[in-house]
Formats: sequence, C-alpha cells, structure tokens
Amino acid sequence: MRTRLIAATAAAFAAVATLPLMAQQPKTAADGIAEYRKMLEDGNPAELFEAKGEELWKTARGPKNATLEACDLGLGPGVVKGAWVQLPRYFADTKKVQDLESRLLTCMQTLQGFDAAEIANTPFDRGEQASVTALAAWISSSSRGMKMALPQKHAEEKRFYELGKRAFFFRGGPMDFSCASCHGEDGKRIRMQDLPNLTKNPGDGVGFAAWPAYRVSSGEMWSMQRRLNDCFRQQRFPYPGFGSDVTVALAVYMGVNAKGAESIAPALKR
Amino acid sequence: MPDPMRIRAQAAGDKTTVRVLMSHEMETGLRKDAAGKTIPAWFIQEVTAQLNGKPVFAAEWGPSVSKNPFLQFVVKGAKAGDKIAITWRDNKGETRTDEATVS
Repeated sequence: MRTRLIAATAAAFAAVATLPLMAQQPKTAADGIAEYRKMLEDGNPAELFEAKGEELWKTARGPKNATLEACDLGLGPGVVKGAWVQLPRYFADTKKVQDLESRLLTCMQTLQGFDAAEIANTPFDRGEQASVTALAAWISSSSRGMKMALPQKHAEEKRFYELGKRAFFFRGGPMDFSCASCHGEDGKRIRMQDLPNLTKNPGDGVGFAAWPAYRVSSGEMWSMQRRLNDCFRQQRFPYPGFGSDVTVALAVYMGVNAKGAESIAPALKR
Repeated sequence: MPDPMRIRAQAAGDKTTVRVLMSHEMETGLRKDAAGKTIPAWFIQEVTAQLNGKPVFAAEWGPSVSKNPFLQFVVKGAKAGDKIAITWRDNKGETRTDEATVS
C-alpha cells in the first residue's frame, strides 16, 4: 500500500514537472490561427448578412413584386432548412444541376422577374449580386450543424461529379496549376494557412463545409461561387462565369467528397 | 437607413455580458478606389449603451476600428428582462439605435 502511494506521488511529480516544459513548446502557426478564430467566433459578422438574407427572402421585390418564399431549393417550395447540405443537385424544371447561387438566380428570375443573366454579370458585392450573397448566407445558416449529403442518384449529378473531378485535376495557366496542386494532398499550406485536401472528406467544417464565409481581412461575405472565382484567379485562369457549369461541377465534386462532414457555414475566415 | 445591429445580452449572476455586432463600412479615408480617387472617411465616432434608459457605457471610436465591428462589454446589476439599448453615430451624422432584452 505504502509503496503504491509513493509510486503515485512520484507519478504526480513527474506530471507537474513536464507541464511547464509543454507550455514552453512553441505554438505552431495553425494553433495561432485556431486561437484567433476562436476569439472571433462570438462575433461573426456573417450574422449581419444572415439577417439581411432572411429579410430578402421574405420581402416582396423585383418587377413582379414577389417574395422568394415559393422558391424550390430542392426539398420542395419554400423549404430552406437542410437545403444547403444537399446542393448542388439536379432540378427537373430547369433540367440542370444547380448550386445554391445559380438556383437563386432561377428563382429570382421566375418568381420576382429579375434578369438572371444581368445579375450573373454584375460584379460581386454590387446590386443584386449582394442580395444573392446575403441569401446564400442565410440559407446556409439554416443547415448549420447538419451533415453534407449531396444526392448522386440522377445521371446528370453523376456526370457533374466526373466533370468536376476533371476540372479539379486540370492543369493549365502560366503556372501549370490545377486545384489539385494545392488541394490534392494532406498537410499543404499557403503562407500560414492550412489547405484542406479536397479529394476526400477533409473533416467537419473544413473546405466545402465552411462556405459561405465572412473574410475578416477584406470585410466581405463570400459565397462558394466567389471562393471558386478567387481560386481561378490564383491559378491565373480566366474568371469563370457566375454559376457556370464548371463552377457547379467543382462544387458537386467537393460536396460529394465531403459527404458526412458537418456544415458550419457561414463560417469565419481570416 | 443603416442596417440593424445584432445584440445579445446574457446575465450570469450580477454580471451581464453584452455582445454587439454593428453593420458599418468603417472607411478610414486613406484608401483609394480603382480610379485612384480617395474614398471619403466614414466611420462610427460614438457608441453608447443604455440599461433601461440609463447610460452605462460610452465610447469614442476612430477609423482604426474594423469594418462590421464587434463590441463586447460587461454590465453589473442587469436582470433578465431588462432592456439594453445601443446607439452609434458616425462622422456623417447618421445614427442607429437597437434594443435587446437581457436573457
């Protein structure tokens, strides 16, 4: 009994002795960023956009002076909760695989009478583009905590997955880059940021499951479309059209790979 | 009309933590637009808080505060059901007040 007690005390001493040593270990860049995100978590300005998006959804607007409450995001007209984690998907009425933003354009055109092509050509953050972003923030927030579950039943959805995969591995541009150059293996970084491996499920709230997001550095709300737009820029590719097939296909590829990952959108980014 | 704030006020014991998100551009006046023209300064200068109509907090802000700022402070003596009102005024004279109930 006595020896056991001594042994236990010795073990406790050892634990105490190692503690200060562990505290001295240098923080990695990733730890620092995680800490920073934690501090900001409480006041994610994405909330401001969520509030705006909800109001936009319920307000009668556009040439037809209608709300978006009859908009079908895939789970039936007006169903918002859970819609985000199942997008992009095939829509029978447009006969197309659509992501959230392109689907919103369809609804804004058919229900409210806006010109979808005109909105698609509007620069980000301006006019009705800003409305689309706010709507995306609110709609994605309604699926917060749910798991990504993109449907892959329809032949078109499967075709888009394969198309997205090709686009993901397609190398080109002056730097001979593909998406996979940066996002094709674990543990890669750009500057101090860890890059998720998007060829598989990168985990809860990482990669596809973290967008739309508010970017603190620029003070802007970004939807997945804008995120992809910037990926194309970084590859020195020409900008893709807003809601174009290649952007939707890439979203299908990333979204299907992220199956089961918990969505934290709208997230907060550096 | 400026966009609404998001205010949360949570009581724990005799202390209430108030969290406020304000929607504001917070232009410093030092940035230039794509055409090279200076973007005029536009930022919140004054933030005040009232608990049931009684002033409990006042702050003077400048252009170094971030866009869409977040403010958190602790108030003593607030109870659940009390009203917390936040007001800001910017350098253009624009102002916005929003109210939340302590929970």
